[in-house]
Amino acid sequence: MQVPSHVEYERATSVEHALMLLGRPDHRVLAGGHSLIPMMKLRLAQPGVLVDINGLAELAYIRLDGGHLRIGAMARHADLLDSAAAGGHFPIFRDAERVVADPIVRLWGTIGGSLCQADPSEDLSAVFAAVRATAVIRGQAGDREVPVREFHLGPYETVVGPGELLAEIRVPVPDHGGTGSAYEKVARRVGDWSVAAAGAVLRLDQGTVEQAGIGLTAVGAEHFVAAEAEDFLRGQPATEPNFTAAAIIAAEHCHPVADQRGPQDYKRHLVAELTARALRRAAGRAAERVTA
Amino acid sequence: MSMRVAVTVNGTEYARDVEPRLLLIHFLRDELGLTGSHWGCDTSNCGSCVVWLDQRPVKACTVLAAMADGRSVRTVEDLERDGRLDPVQQGFIECHGLQCGFCTPGMMMTARWLLDHNPDPAEAEIREVLSGQVCRCTGYENIVRSVRWAAEHPGDHRGDST
Repeated sequence: MQVPSHVEYERATSVEHALMLLGRPDHRVLAGGHSLIPMMKLRLAQPGVLVDINGLAELAYIRLDGGHLRIGAMARHADLLDSAAAGGHFPIFRDAERVVADPIVRLWGTIGGSLCQADPSEDLSAVFAAVRATAVIRGQAGDREVPVREFHLGPYETVVGPGELLAEIRVPVPDHGGTGSAYEKVARRVGDWSVAAAGAVLRLDQGTVEQAGIGLTAVGAEHFVAAEAEDFLRGQPATEPNFTAAAIIAAEHCHPVADQRGPQDYKRHLVAELTARALRRAAGRAAERVTA
Repeated sequence: MSMRVAVTVNGTEYARDVEPRLLLIHFLRDELGLTGSHWGCDTSNCGSCVVWLDQRPVKACTVLAAMADGRSVRTVEDLERDGRLDPVQQGFIECHGLQCGFCTPGMMMTARWLLDHNPDPAEAEIREVLSGQVCRCTGYENIVRSVRWAAEHPGDHRGDST
């Protein structure tokens, strides 16, 4: 039987209350709990006190606001999957959420929890890196904003400090029609972690790549980004040979490790293939939006 | 260190002093004696422990009882009402949707929730919603047929889920 070790429990009644509780050492946020509780069973996490923020409805929203899509940290995976506002502007969210765990887990697991868990195989880190999202981190002194591309310090480690809470993820909404996005994942079975995955966002103008965002999951890409491949594509024609070349660059610059999900060379092969597929689909969707 | 947890389970409020680390599945089975929900893989992979928490299915091995304090839980024991089986239960009988029965309570709670939201699901939709639940006997064919049977014989059962 797997049971967490002894822990105390506090339920936050407001964000302010949560921040006060989190100022104490050994306190840890409990959101959906679908990563944290399994880790506690395995003693990979042993917080002294859990601060349950499931009651904080004020953080459970997904809405368009001005030029941004604003996702509250307590929005659930199922909410993001079902959100017309999110999926309309960013099909990459639907692609990814469809393959995050399973439908029951998606009802409880949270967007903020996934980012803060910072598992290297977690899908949304690469997605939010690809769309160049910003994390809004709340503390007693107010909010600070950190690009998602600077949010992770390493596996299971983020810039969210003691006494702080990830409150929102803010995504700039494309200001013109020629933007498309996609996420491609290979897992060993339905609902499993990625062996590898790639997300792509392309902003096209007259067939030229104005801006590219490429995120990689589970393959040791720094900050989940394929920066060299993005640099290569910017200003280039959005063509199949360029997508293939960018995908190979992405595969060369990531650092997958061999594990039970596969050897390094297979994972690099997947990065090249999945990056090319994601770029292709993103470009196709961008073209659809222009003609729509 | 224990804490008072009050949960409304199948319409009845129960209060118990429990350790904060107690998982909801053990609270239901060991504290309340509701052994219909099964404790399986303990890793949120198999889904035999699925119950409803505030009208939505959840894997009860991955929720603390403390998190359910002040909330409502519905378990498989509540599917049958006034001596009448839920169409989902009847469907599992009609279509032989179980062999050993271990995964069945979780399958049925998820199926009930699906049908409350989507009364006429396609086979692919049934397979998708059950994709996080494991059956080692049936090969799933008869489970899918059982849920379809329930969809075609809705009766007047509604689960009040959200």
